[in-house]
Amino acid sequence: MRILYFAWLRERVGVAEEELDPPAAVVSVADLARWLAARDEAHAAAFTDPKVVRAALDRRHVKPDAPIAGAREVAFFPPMTGG
Amino acid sequence: MAGDIFEVRVQAEPFDAPAEAARLSSGRTDVGALVTFTGLCRADAGEAPLTALVLEHYPGMAEEEITRHLEEARRRWPLQGAVIIHRFGRIVPGAPIVMVATASAHRAAAFAAAEFLMDWLKTGAPFWKKEERGAAATGGWVAAKSSDDDAAARWNDPAKAGER
Repeated sequence: MRILYFAWLRERVGVAEEELDPPAAVVSVADLARWLAARDEAHAAAFTDPKVVRAALDRRHVKPDAPIAGAREVAFFPPMTGG
Repeated sequence: MAGDIFEVRVQAEPFDAPAEAARLSSGRTDVGALVTFTGLCRADAGEAPLTALVLEHYPGMAEEEITRHLEEARRRWPLQGAVIIHRFGRIVPGAPIVMVATASAHRAAAFAAAEFLMDWLKTGAPFWKKEERGAAATGGWVAAKSSDDDAAARWNDPAKAGER
């Protein structure tokens, strides 16, 4: 599974993307965020406050309870500030 | 009808908003209203004035998300054309960041669709602004504003959306 990070999440994690294979117990987007946060200090710093982290599955916005099964690409990012 | 232009572009290069908008009514006589909004990088005062905004985006999703909102706008209003351009990269004060142009037979649809598209661009399109301030080019990420969320959310309420 390809995991992408943007803006300050990318800066805190230290990489723009990584290829990871989460265990079967990781079912939802929120599960994945918790699993990533437990990897190391850099990931933990990125996911300190889950309320300000948004996610997309295969380039579509999703809620934290969305199941990740079958997704090829998961992205995590702060609230958007375009326009 | 043939000749309608519906276009979404995400690019680093500057754009010519009047020229882009003019394409929507060029060579046809049925367009009665052409609305153009251009968002510019705004300078501000302070001890470390803004020298630039650096826009990061999610390639692929940015185009797809804007296109999904354009399709929604076309379902809601009888549009005859639209051009939406959003830039990424380093943008200095005074330079354009985003434009939305909408064409319709009458002004109500053109105004409403342009406002709907801009409201959603601010909260739903995957772009993030980082400020560059002062000689040392310091500065942080721009925080999302709840007023932008409110502006986008009102389009979910059919009663309120209908008033506009």
